[in-house]
Amino acid sequence: MTMASVTKASVADIMEVCLLAGKIMLKSGAETYRIEDTMNRIAQTYTVREVHSYVTNTGIFLSVDSLTGEQSLTKFLRIHERQINLNKIADVNEISRKITLGQLTIEEAHIALQNIEKAPLLYPFRLQLLAAALASGSFTLIFGGAFIDFLPSVIAGGVGFFLYSKFNRRSEVKFFAEVLASFTIGAIAYLFFFLGLEIHIDKVIIGSVMPLVPGVLITNAVRDLMAGDLLSGLARGAEAFFTAFAIGAGIAIILALLM
Amino acid sequence: MSWLIALCGSFLATMSFGILFNVPRKSLIMGGLAGAFGWMIYVLLARELGVNIVAATLAGAFGVATASQILARFLKMPVTVFSIAGIIPLVPGGMAYDTMRHFIENEYTEGIRLGTITLLLAGSIAFGLIFSGVLTDTFSRRNKPIAKSSSSK
Repeated sequence: MTMASVTKASVADIMEVCLLAGKIMLKSGAETYRIEDTMNRIAQTYTVREVHSYVTNTGIFLSVDSLTGEQSLTKFLRIHERQINLNKIADVNEISRKITLGQLTIEEAHIALQNIEKAPLLYPFRLQLLAAALASGSFTLIFGGAFIDFLPSVIAGGVGFFLYSKFNRRSEVKFFAEVLASFTIGAIAYLFFFLGLEIHIDKVIIGSVMPLVPGVLITNAVRDLMAGDLLSGLARGAEAFFTAFAIGAGIAIILALLM
Repeated sequence: MSWLIALCGSFLATMSFGILFNVPRKSLIMGGLAGAFGWMIYVLLARELGVNIVAATLAGAFGVATASQILARFLKMPVTVFSIAGIIPLVPGGMAYDTMRHFIENEYTEGIRLGTITLLLAGSIAFGLIFSGVLTDTFSRRNKPIAKSSSSK
């Protein structure tokens, strides 16, 4: 560990780098404790007297005290949209690792983080759509569907994910996009059934809604709760519950219409 | 045959989810393998040996998490890169759907029964992940966290 290369930085600069790292991680769907830990480590490496961070899933509070008697700073950052992007989390993790090993000056770290923030999605939308369709088909199979169920769920899952992504970008209300997507999935599954294909409707629907299911949210919520981050745990839990409810509601409308 | 379907299906599903979650390219295949590993543990326990599904899910999640920890060490990436997509096959999406459907059909008792199992399954996934994390942290000395509390003095 060569700490010599780490120069002392001003509190404002430290603040900026920490917040940028935290912002990227929170937007990419990292767990609360990981974000707080990363910000604290970065701040401590650039030698501050005290650092306190508080992260919920919609905002970051950070307070940094300097060693040199400079005035301490507290800032708040609000996050509006979140999309799971593990590549960015891994990248920020790598930068943070380099910082704590003393391999990056604060300016270098800042530039590196800005580049991560600007980076486009790793996989183009077409590939994501294909992945969602393939995932739907695979889930139908491993949840006990027959081979005849594979293609209908690939189509239903693909269309559902496509609608979800498009509407999610247009509308502020995520709930609506989810209801619409799961409604369409149900409709397509029943359409295949009425066309005379002997598919297992339940299996097709379950497989096809999997790309929308808030699995990450649920597990992150419980993890946050167990780590003692009660507020963000409950908030993520509420988000997961609403997503599950929206998916259920979409399917429910179809079932109610056909009954 | 059903084993082959379970193996290939869970591998493909996990890898596809890796793409949806934008995991780094070099961890895509390994993450898929971790997911398939966890799902095979679940299938072996729940379908072949008749173990309770909550316990089987716990074991599966523990398997995914442990595999992810090992992969994370070797490839120097955060554990979540592998584990988040890997646990997806175990997530009780189908059970949540069944819960909703029973509520729609006015079968509230059955809905609540299934809803409770769904919650237990979600909890056991999270517990499997945490349990594995705690074990690895306890038994590996290399990765000591830098001062957990905020002040340095």
